[in-house]
Amino acid sequence: MSEMLLLRHRQFPEIGTLDGYLKLSGFKPFKKVVSENNPVAVIDEVKESGLRGRGGAGFPTGVKWSFLPGDITPHYVVANADESEPGTFKDREIMESNPYQFLEGLMIACFAVKATLGYVYLRGEFWQIAEHLEQCMAELRKQGYLGKKLFNTSYELDLHTHLGAGAYICGEESALLESLEGRLGQPRLRPPYPAVFGLFGKPTVINNVETLTNVPLIIEKGAGWYQNYGTPKSTGVKIFSLSGNVNKPGNYELPLGTTFRELIYTHGGGLKPGRKVKAILPGGASSIVIKSSDKALDTPMDYESVAGLGSALGSASVIVVDDSVNMLWVSKKIINFFRHESCGKCTPCREGTYWMDQILNRTKTSKISAKDTALLKDVALQMRGKCLCPLGEFSTMAVVSSIEQFPEDFRS
Amino acid sequence: MPKQISLTIDNIAVSAPENTLIIDAAKRAGIDIPVFCYHPSLKPVGMCRVCLVEVGRPIIDRATGAVVTEADDSPKIQFGPKLETACTTPVSDGMVVLVNSEKSKAARNEILEFLLTSHPLDCPVCDKGGECPLQNLTLAYGPGKSRFRFNEKQQLAKNVPLGELIFLDRERCIQCGRCVRYQTEIVDDPVIGFYQRGRSMQIITRSDPGFDSYFSGNTTDICPVGALTSTDFRFGARPWELKSAASLCTHCPVGCNLTIDVRREAKSGGDIAIKRIMPRQNEAVNDIWICDKGRFAHHFADKSNRITKSSIRKRNQLTPASLETVLDLVASKLRSRNRKLVTLVGGRLANEDLYNLKQLTEKLHGSGFLYNDMAGGELTCQMGLTQGTSLSDLKQGSVILVIASDLHEEAPIYWLRVKQAVERGATLIVINPRETRLDKYAAYKITYRYGDEIATINQLMPGKSEPHYPAAKVIQKAQGLIVFVGNEGLGQKSSRAVMESAAQLLINGGFTGKVGSGLVAVWKNANTQGAWEMGFELAGDLQKMIRAADVLLIAGADPVGDRPELQEAMQSARFSVVLELAPTATTNLAHVVIPVQAFSEREGTYTSAERRVQIFYPAIGVKDDVLPDYKIAALLAERLGISLPGESARQVFEHMSGHITGFKGLSYQALCEMPDQWPVAGGKNKYFGGTASANHQGVGVQLVLNPHSSRIQSTGGKVKGQTAYDEKKLWAVPVTRLYDQGNTLLHTKLLEKRMVACEMRIHPDTAALYGVQTGPVLLSFGKAAQQGNCVLDETTPLGFVLVHRSSGIPINEVTAVTLSGVNKSNQSIGNRNK
Amino acid sequence: MNDFLKIHSAEIKKLLAKYPKGQERSTVMPLLHLAQRGTGCVTRHDIENIAGILGISSTEIASIVGFYTLYHTEEEKTQYRIQVCTDLACALCGADRFLEELCNKTGIKPGETTPDGLITIEEVPCLAGCDKAPLFQVQGGGVISYHEKQTLESAVRLINQLRDGMPGGEQ
Repeated sequence: MSEMLLLRHRQFPEIGTLDGYLKLSGFKPFKKVVSENNPVAVIDEVKESGLRGRGGAGFPTGVKWSFLPGDITPHYVVANADESEPGTFKDREIMESNPYQFLEGLMIACFAVKATLGYVYLRGEFWQIAEHLEQCMAELRKQGYLGKKLFNTSYELDLHTHLGAGAYICGEESALLESLEGRLGQPRLRPPYPAVFGLFGKPTVINNVETLTNVPLIIEKGAGWYQNYGTPKSTGVKIFSLSGNVNKPGNYELPLGTTFRELIYTHGGGLKPGRKVKAILPGGASSIVIKSSDKALDTPMDYESVAGLGSALGSASVIVVDDSVNMLWVSKKIINFFRHESCGKCTPCREGTYWMDQILNRTKTSKISAKDTALLKDVALQMRGKCLCPLGEFSTMAVVSSIEQFPEDFRS
Repeated sequence: MPKQISLTIDNIAVSAPENTLIIDAAKRAGIDIPVFCYHPSLKPVGMCRVCLVEVGRPIIDRATGAVVTEADDSPKIQFGPKLETACTTPVSDGMVVLVNSEKSKAARNEILEFLLTSHPLDCPVCDKGGECPLQNLTLAYGPGKSRFRFNEKQQLAKNVPLGELIFLDRERCIQCGRCVRYQTEIVDDPVIGFYQRGRSMQIITRSDPGFDSYFSGNTTDICPVGALTSTDFRFGARPWELKSAASLCTHCPVGCNLTIDVRREAKSGGDIAIKRIMPRQNEAVNDIWICDKGRFAHHFADKSNRITKSSIRKRNQLTPASLETVLDLVASKLRSRNRKLVTLVGGRLANEDLYNLKQLTEKLHGSGFLYNDMAGGELTCQMGLTQGTSLSDLKQGSVILVIASDLHEEAPIYWLRVKQAVERGATLIVINPRETRLDKYAAYKITYRYGDEIATINQLMPGKSEPHYPAAKVIQKAQGLIVFVGNEGLGQKSSRAVMESAAQLLINGGFTGKVGSGLVAVWKNANTQGAWEMGFELAGDLQKMIRAADVLLIAGADPVGDRPELQEAMQSARFSVVLELAPTATTNLAHVVIPVQAFSEREGTYTSAERRVQIFYPAIGVKDDVLPDYKIAALLAERLGISLPGESARQVFEHMSGHITGFKGLSYQALCEMPDQWPVAGGKNKYFGGTASANHQGVGVQLVLNPHSSRIQSTGGKVKGQTAYDEKKLWAVPVTRLYDQGNTLLHTKLLEKRMVACEMRIHPDTAALYGVQTGPVLLSFGKAAQQGNCVLDETTPLGFVLVHRSSGIPINEVTAVTLSGVNKSNQSIGNRNK
Repeated sequence: MNDFLKIHSAEIKKLLAKYPKGQERSTVMPLLHLAQRGTGCVTRHDIENIAGILGISSTEIASIVGFYTLYHTEEEKTQYRIQVCTDLACALCGADRFLEELCNKTGIKPGETTPDGLITIEEVPCLAGCDKAPLFQVQGGGVISYHEKQTLESAVRLINQLRDGMPGGEQ
């Protein structure tokens, strides 16, 4: 791809400063929407662009924005920068190196839903990034892009960061809101949904960092332009965080619809000499494991096609497992993660992740009895359909799909 | 009228108002859906997932909006891809709920299996066994075998004291959150919480003292496993060994309904012993809650602490004698002509005792008095809560006025009920000299200086065009007005004035006889209201009264204990007879002491401050010839040729209902009527409402307003106030603390650490002015001096020292005092009073 | 005497101003981070102070400290935490071996602290640096800093620098 839309700092390093960003026509879109004062038009544009949530759920962004009821105020927008899914490191790069485009996207989102206060919720480990964003926000205030009576209109807007403190569950939007409100990061009951009862009990939009970073360009160049990238149902570009047994792990911005093969071999530098791809986890630890095959490798990475493989693209945190790795070992790593991160609120996840972890840790080797394998699968399936939030459900995906597709790795 | 929804639950047609949760609709239809985290008094959270059921809804055609039908015209039902929690899902028209389908039962089985993985197999040693929801549900729906490995079980601490009242077993906890939510949502004491996450989630407390809440015991009722147990009961007995008796709490005038659980045991020498006190459900009085004082402080009635034999003072020593001998002696004293009988009664006595003693006194042409610090009871007889007024009914439009009372300390369950009324929309006005725990629920808080009560209340009288306080307008517009009067910084005279003002407020506001209105006095004892209803008046000058009596009959009161200055008068009394439970300062100086039965040993009725008459029944037997007060009065009467009922409490009650105006028409039958109550507590399904006892014995009846000989007239809003307390002096002000050193709290070792003793609270500035600091101080008043412990408290008004009633400092009215520090050798450092 | 409030009054004011009126509770997490910055842990005293500032109970604050893994109590106090990611993506690139070797070199096991109380090595979940494995973050000295694309040598060098009292910067 010639021109980056999101990781533009790789082509224009100066974009990380406000001056640099402005020179690249930064904040023209924001100024435009505020001055034209037609929030509905902004929502329509984003709807038409087909932009979908980049945090993993893939929900149409413009549609999400349109859910907020006008008769309950105030409205809020929260950028989800919790980025804790194993294998995900894209939002980090955006915030470190192209922060103003992200912030502009957040600001346009705020305007579109008539919010005057926006928050960036970052995971606690991103302490330095939060400090950096605070400085960016201070700059924006100084230069008149945040504050009261923006561009001589009645619109006012301010942004703040809020730091988490080490809980993956706070990436789940209702748990994020609880955390932002100063409570335990445990998911809420839904309904009501955040669009109606969100931050501080008011209508709230929660969007992923990458999703918001797309917005300024969509406003600047139009929904039609955005539709040129990607596929009809999965428009636009995606930052694929590639990691695992590849030679060049990293973030790769590519149009949706790029194949796994292209990502892994053309951009990711392929695998170590003599090694083949054994399995792909397209959405980090929450993935349904894809067993490698030519068909799989040639599958385009878009939401529909990956679903067609029986998996899900999710956050596009592509972890590549080569044929030197045992899937039992992979399952141990993943379950260990979920056991650590389970918030404990609901019984099946709290007890189930602990149980699966115990079963997997009975042997410190790569052997597991048939009885334990059957029990492990049973426990995982027993959790499904019963958990309060997606974490519990997703914790079972990798282990079940591994047992089903790689039975040879689950042997005594 | 909320819309009615029609649905079916397990093929049974059910109708429920809109917004009803499936769980509640099912319960009302007689279908029990298992729950752990759900409790009908708490907001649903959907955490435990055991109430997962199949829920199907009619399919609506998106285009036409019509219900899609099957061939036979019945609506086509679509079941969701996942099961739904019954506790969070409201009913909707045409909904089909399958509680006992294979799918629902399988889910239940699986959730139970999950819970049992780390739940220890403690049943043989766990107090909850026998009344344990987890046990019951496991037997009904759970797996018979465990697939979990024992050595992989989560191991956690098993005997963690959350404070000294409640013990936590962390392994048994199933993280339902009921206890934490109860403390946060219902009693606003967030002193327990979750710690860590995932399987490591456990309950902690960080308050000092631990689990610092007056309602902590209630969490042991709603805990669905044996994780939370009370120190009072744990390892005490098995639930199936217990027999229950319906009783009433004797500690304060709320009249909470209790169940006393007893067991005959070798440990108590073959006697039947009280093992625990539990709440009994009465939605008109205490819901399913009681405060910890009512729950734990029952040991004053233990036989080991009691007087067991009648005695006569011979050569300055109380010598045991038979009851017959004693009664003969007393009768002989009463038979002589022109002897003056003075009867002094206390609020501990039941209505039956009070009735008989009043009758006896009147028939002997004596004078009967109520020993009480607070006056104005005859006003509550006339202006008390109008029949049909219940705190549970208060909502938008109701106004509650709380004057001179820290309800949280004086009557915790009233604090809770008022808070709940506010949460339903009632307006609260708090008038108090200092901060109270009710303030945060008050729409209006008026702070006055001790002594300015009347002037403040006068400002709220209707008829002022420009009222000083906005609260006055609120009172004017109220649909109903309930006035609580406590005894914060009040003595006899001042409390009378405040009660009068409060009554005037009601009269002048036009609230007389209105439902949702009335005057409630927060008396010290359970049946003080009963004494007023019987016509007893307040004893004024006690010294004079004691000296004037030829025969002094004291029942249920310990005047010398409260007022050491009465010692001399009591010593010089001509002939004193004291009816008491346990030795007191008063019995120590009596000529004759007669033991009486405690509330747990007998039947009777109490009248609450809301003027609700309720029955209490005996839980344990009596030894020796200990009789109830009413019976002793009847036996005495008999010897004097007077006929009084005495065969049973019921017999006395029936007499009362014929003779006492307020009790006219009342019968045991009326008192025992049982309305339907919600939520459904106790019973077979202990997991729904908790182990609080179901009430089958009645909810009592509110008395009609009882006009005394003189009807209260409106004074046009003017009540004579007191003179203000000189600002140049230091004034000791008596206030109430729940855990004091009163006679009914003694012998409850469990609460010892929390009892306040000789504590004096002073603002740091006041302390500085008088040269004292935290630690020992000497309080001098009149000819007396008392050493106590000074505690600096910024909420204490300047120029005042707060002393607590019944805690070792015998100050019962606002008194001018001096303060001085105490040096190491415990000598007063001299009067630093400036 | 709320000395926490006194010492950090300006910063606390700034933090409170980030949230709408009536939502002061949101400052719990920032205040806990602030308290931890000074001593490397959240003390009982800090909890009481924060409870006093926000008008919520000490138990509720302690509850939050216990839920989130980046807050450490006095019992867990140490100078520097070397938190090595051994999650799936990093482990596929040798993070487990890296941790083992680092622990051997430092003479402690994962989760343990060196006898001088200065260095604790911990295994943590994904740090969002999967393309730069092995990596670890250092929590201590009031900051959290990332150290990516580490070798055993570079890691040991950093630990020695920390020991010598030099704060660990980005490498």
